[in-house]
Amino acid sequence: MLRPLKALFFSLLGSLRDLFPIIIVIGFFQLVVLQQPIPDLVSLLTGILFVLLGLTFFMFGLEMGLFPIGESMAHAFAQKGSVMWLLIFAFALGFGTTIAEPALIAVAAESAQIAAEGGVIDKTEAAMKSYATGLRLTVAVSVGLAILVGVLRILKGWPIHYLIIGGYIGVMIMTTMAPKSIIGIAYDSGGVTTSTITVPLVAALGVGLASSIKGRNPMVDGFGLIAFASLTPMIFVMGYGMVIN
Amino acid sequence: MAGLLQWFVDFGGVLLSTVRDVLPIIVILLGFQIFVLRKAIPNLRRVIIGFAYVIVGLALFLQGLEQALFPLGRLMAEQLTNPEFIYNGLENFSGTIHWQDYKWVYVFAVAIGFSTTIAEPSLMAVAIKANEVSGGSIGVWGLRIAVAIGVAIGIGLGAFRIVTGYPLHWFIISGYFVVVIQTFFAPKMIVPLAYDSGGVTTSTVTVPLVAALGLGLAETVPGRNPLMDGFGLIAFASLFPIIAVMAYAQISAFMSKRKAARIDTRLTKLSTAKINLKR
Repeated sequence: MLRPLKALFFSLLGSLRDLFPIIIVIGFFQLVVLQQPIPDLVSLLTGILFVLLGLTFFMFGLEMGLFPIGESMAHAFAQKGSVMWLLIFAFALGFGTTIAEPALIAVAAESAQIAAEGGVIDKTEAAMKSYATGLRLTVAVSVGLAILVGVLRILKGWPIHYLIIGGYIGVMIMTTMAPKSIIGIAYDSGGVTTSTITVPLVAALGVGLASSIKGRNPMVDGFGLIAFASLTPMIFVMGYGMVIN
Repeated sequence: MAGLLQWFVDFGGVLLSTVRDVLPIIVILLGFQIFVLRKAIPNLRRVIIGFAYVIVGLALFLQGLEQALFPLGRLMAEQLTNPEFIYNGLENFSGTIHWQDYKWVYVFAVAIGFSTTIAEPSLMAVAIKANEVSGGSIGVWGLRIAVAIGVAIGIGLGAFRIVTGYPLHWFIISGYFVVVIQTFFAPKMIVPLAYDSGGVTTSTVTVPLVAALGLGLAETVPGRNPLMDGFGLIAFASLFPIIAVMAYAQISAFMSKRKAARIDTRLTKLSTAKINLKR
């Protein structure tokens, strides 16, 4: 009875340590730089308590649910030996987790507005909506392809840096050709797409695959899926901007 | 009492939207597990409980951030970039922007970049995995602090760019050059992890605060356009951790090499001393 409580207490303490820097930064700027009182201290403290509890639960769930399922599916796919299905799974995972990503929905809506203001599309509700949906689909397809290529890389043992440097060159070429107004959004879309649930799952998948295939090193081959997923959206979003233009 | 009720309503909303975000993932996992792999999930009960923990934890986390830290952080980004704070009112603005006038903005950018990254759950997940896979040679805290330093420098530079109005792609492309050069010198083992750390850092905690800072700056710095200049901070925040993590690995490799070299010279000295003694 006492042991789980003790474990909970220590992980809460760990979460507090993780959160400590933000509390200090916000407190310092509010009280010292801006010299304003903290509004509604009770709400602030209860909010921090929820953040602590939430982080603790998340970390429990990570080790119980997300990591094991990612790894067990990787092993099962490796055992099954069907490359085709594994690649379809990789694409579906990338596409499916991105299309519903709230951060992406927000960014897409904002960029539709920019496009409308810049006169690229009509300033009507319908035109903006179809632009935003098109952008979301573009990003989701690009993340799906990224995970697919990343999984293929693990299977084949290709060195990662050639692919990443190739991607960088792609970004540079697209930057010179894409309309100026889309560049900022395109660059940001790379960082936005990978959510808190996708990252652990994809990391477990990559490491699981690399450790169940002979001749692959989980450290050298297992990581890198997320890197692809944050690189391809940049290229695809700039391409989308060029096509619409 | 009414406050408590309101809280439950709010939390219910957050919980519902978290479930909605996780649903596509669960559908894909289950679909492939049932129709393609056709195998029972090992420890199914544990996995389900784990997912429930993840969903409830994430919802509580977001609700707490929204209640406690985000409003203050957003307000701060607004106030720090406000001409009232920087010039004591726009009428005192001399017509040319001195980037030094925004010093508190840079300090805030660096501090918020570092501190939000330390609290980022997806980075913790990757750090735990990397520690496990590397057999402990990559420390959880070492990686997290290296990434946080990278994000801090990235956001600080990004804020400087918005104030000065230099083109975004200059910075990003120079960053790419550094990454490419480092790739050939960094220990091979760290390279994929370093590349990953770029995409990992910008999630639930960092994006809302950093986006608010970017938009606040682009709205209030004279001559900047929020639609054109407000973006780009997240790109900085996902590029610089790559450089920082590779640098961290290079520095620790260098240190251990030097240590080994020192032990080596000591050993040779010791053995020559022994030989001299024998004579």
